[in-house]
Amino acid sequence: MRYGMAIDTKKCVGCADCVVACQTENSVPHGYARDWIAETVSGRYPYLELEIRSERCNHCDNTPCVRTCPTGASHVIEGGIVIVTPEECIGCGACIESCPYDARFTHPDGYATKCTFCDHRVKNGQDPACVSVCPTHCMYFGDLDDPNSEVAKIVARRKWKVLAPEAGTQPQIYYLV
Amino acid sequence: MKTTRRDFLKISSVAAGGLVFAPVLNWVPGFLKSDKPIPDDSKAKRYPNYCEVCFWNCAGWVYTDHDNKIWKIIGNEDDPHSNGRFCPRGTGGVGMYYDDDRLKKPLKRIGEAGAQQFVEIEWEEAIETIAKKMQEIAGKHGPESFALFNHGSSGKHFADLFNAYGSKNIAGPAYAQCKGPREEAFQVTFGHALHSPEPLDIRDTRCLVLIGSHLGENMHNGQVQEMAEAIDKQATIITVDPRFSTAASKSKFWLPIKPATDMALLLAWIHVIIEEELYDRKYVEELTFGFEQLKAHVKDYTPEWAYGITTIEPDVIRATAREMGAASPAVIVHPGRHVTWYGDDTQRLRAVAILNALLGSWGRRGGFYLPEKAKLPKYPTPENPKPTWTWRDVMPGQYPLASLPVTNVLVDASHPSYLGKHKVKAWMVAGTNLIATMPDLKRTIEAIQNLEYLVVIDTMPAEITGYADIVLPECTYLERYDMMRISEHRIPTFALRMPAAEPRWESKPGWWICKQIASKIGKGDYFKYEKYEDVLDFQLKEMGSSLEEMKKAGVKTFHRKEDLYFVEGHPHVFDTPTGKIELYSNLMIENGFDPLPKYITHAQPEAGFYRLIYGRTPAHTFSRTTNNANLNDLFRENPLWVHPKTAREWGLKTGDKVWLKNHQGVVSHFSTKVRVTERIRHDSVYMAHGFGRTDERLTRSFGIGISDTELISDVKIDKETGSTGMRSNFVTFLKENPHNSDKKEA
Ligand code: SF4
Repeated sequence: MRYGMAIDTKKCVGCADCVVACQTENSVPHGYARDWIAETVSGRYPYLELEIRSERCNHCDNTPCVRTCPTGASHVIEGGIVIVTPEECIGCGACIESCPYDARFTHPDGYATKCTFCDHRVKNGQDPACVSVCPTHCMYFGDLDDPNSEVAKIVARRKWKVLAPEAGTQPQIYYLV
Repeated sequence: MKTTRRDFLKISSVAAGGLVFAPVLNWVPGFLKSDKPIPDDSKAKRYPNYCEVCFWNCAGWVYTDHDNKIWKIIGNEDDPHSNGRFCPRGTGGVGMYYDDDRLKKPLKRIGEAGAQQFVEIEWEEAIETIAKKMQEIAGKHGPESFALFNHGSSGKHFADLFNAYGSKNIAGPAYAQCKGPREEAFQVTFGHALHSPEPLDIRDTRCLVLIGSHLGENMHNGQVQEMAEAIDKQATIITVDPRFSTAASKSKFWLPIKPATDMALLLAWIHVIIEEELYDRKYVEELTFGFEQLKAHVKDYTPEWAYGITTIEPDVIRATAREMGAASPAVIVHPGRHVTWYGDDTQRLRAVAILNALLGSWGRRGGFYLPEKAKLPKYPTPENPKPTWTWRDVMPGQYPLASLPVTNVLVDASHPSYLGKHKVKAWMVAGTNLIATMPDLKRTIEAIQNLEYLVVIDTMPAEITGYADIVLPECTYLERYDMMRISEHRIPTFALRMPAAEPRWESKPGWWICKQIASKIGKGDYFKYEKYEDVLDFQLKEMGSSLEEMKKAGVKTFHRKEDLYFVEGHPHVFDTPTGKIELYSNLMIENGFDPLPKYITHAQPEAGFYRLIYGRTPAHTFSRTTNNANLNDLFRENPLWVHPKTAREWGLKTGDKVWLKNHQGVVSHFSTKVRVTERIRHDSVYMAHGFGRTDERLTRSFGIGISDTELISDVKIDKETGSTGMRSNFVTFLKENPHNSDKKEA
């Protein structure tokens, strides 16, 4: 079992509903976000391209954050979801520094936090909040190891890229391009 | 400064209760303690509602947490407006409820000119004062001289109140500042206005043409969803926009048109479609009127002619026309929504309607479907009194095509310069911030200063509340029952709104406010129910449902009675004088207008000035959401898009602060930051609408960004409908603060 996500940049309009839904679902304090929208513009007027991406923790296979964590608060649970246990976190910030995606931040209560793939929902068979609300249906979540899952199928069928592959983290969010 | 009797008041001086604010970043509501477990959807309580953050009115569920506090809002799967998925504003609707800047208690203006302030009063006093004033004004000038400006669901209760009172001077900016010209152009052409949500079959279209319509930035939810579906199905998108919008980035063709020349492009498209016989011949023969006149009319509107005007190359004009022709009838030339641009808007939208007619898209799969609506029985009320005059009498004979009252005519009738006999003396403003909605701010304020009385009802302290004699705090849509949502769609539906929480502070539902006022002015018969649930239960029972059932379902759908599209061989009669789709319109001639749309040259900016283009961001609805903590988090300030060439000439870099001055010398209150981007033409600048709030009580949005509306002083009125064209203002950059001190006032 390997949870992962595919995000279709052709459909995403960058509305950030994923961001608001995450904030309300997970009670992320105002001023912080576990997911965000990135835009890349290329070309010169009038020959332009715009890529819009909904970004978050990549729940990597090779996790620098977990390696750098001195207490074991950052760890990997079933399906490859990377999690922080607040009670075990001492707020040293090493994981935040080590993440090439800048996916982590210090919660005002003093511990490192980030996207959980909504593990509390996933264990009930629901999609993460961001995926479940997206008005454009541009996000797919599921078990990449199951060739019949929607996400595995679309990753097999479409052209994709991952972010910062050179960091060697083996990220598990696939951007369909 | 000359003081007037209605100085703008920053209510903060007295309303002490709401004055202490923690900085946004540290604000964590008590119930959101991070160590609390996240509720489980299947066990959490949920209440049906339909969203009031925008006019799309998506139906959904409001979930509460372990402490029965509002937690999140999620779409209702049975709702065709949302298909179970809200847009970011709807999801962020919780921020409206939790906003501590909300209006909390009725406020009353007291004191002499120049030394005025608001004091908090009890509801009873507020209602009594308003009722007395309404009776006094009715006695002195007639009830007609009291006008209502309204918006949204609760605006409808106030309309009921005014109809009972005897005034039909009830207008919403949704008409003359938004879709008025579109509605009338489609009415003239197809005998059917488009209403909301527009009956566009985007999900099955083969070709979607967007003209200045930035779907994906405006989150007209159902349409954005269907556009994504169309992208999946590889439909062609053609976007005409001086800006490389999100939609443009999803398009096969981006036509970066010179602003204000859209009509030339539309006429050239019509020319090519007729010339190259790309139109739906059978459809045009059977269902339309005036093809030959149209053909003769567009003879000289060639792509080569349009090139010089629009800067769009003839090849591109032809190629895009052919795409449309190839997709016909599954093609949509999108009619847009906010279409009040240049003052010839009804004619431009006529051209859009004609183009759709030629392509045979009306009543066809992938074009415009035929919407259906369920009928809700009316809760019994007495007949409304007949007013002796209406807004139409203010300027007799003007704007003959306007089918709804025109806000700006009511402003005109309130202005000191109006010498006619149908003067408006008082306003009630419910749920619309006229200061940020109406162009020509100076004129609006002059009209306000000339009023005998102004009552404002809102959830938030918007700028308009600062001019009021009485301010009434309405509770949000999450805290009240309201009328059923009934709308046209592929399938007829109803949706229920019920409270998920008690109103915070002393805010009250609109229906309650209206009922109280009505009973005090002797119109209690019109609001005979005890509570709004009685009305809902009555109506729902008549429909074979009940309030109890709807509380569980939220949305009820019905079977269609007619076909969704035209059926081959079934003749269709259109609700037009000829019974056909009117390409050529005698009705237009009878009203003194061109029967076919013509190209008119609009002014272009002088050297050093740039056309001010404004639009939406997915995070906000007008000016009303800029202070919402959830949505403010996403988009706080409206950067000014500037092309690199222009930026070079002015020595501007991304992040630089600028103020703007328009071609009539109007200077923005506040500054915003420059965003240098290739995504805009060099002759235009762009920013999101709704920023530059001048009311200090808005702790998150006060003073942030520039208000586009305050720079729109040059208004081009559409002669057919009276709508206010707002895209004819040109601005230049001010790099130094043009205001002497940092103290700003409205
Ligand atoms: S489109 Fe968004 S803001 Fe508008 S009604 Fe739907 S969810 Fe609410």
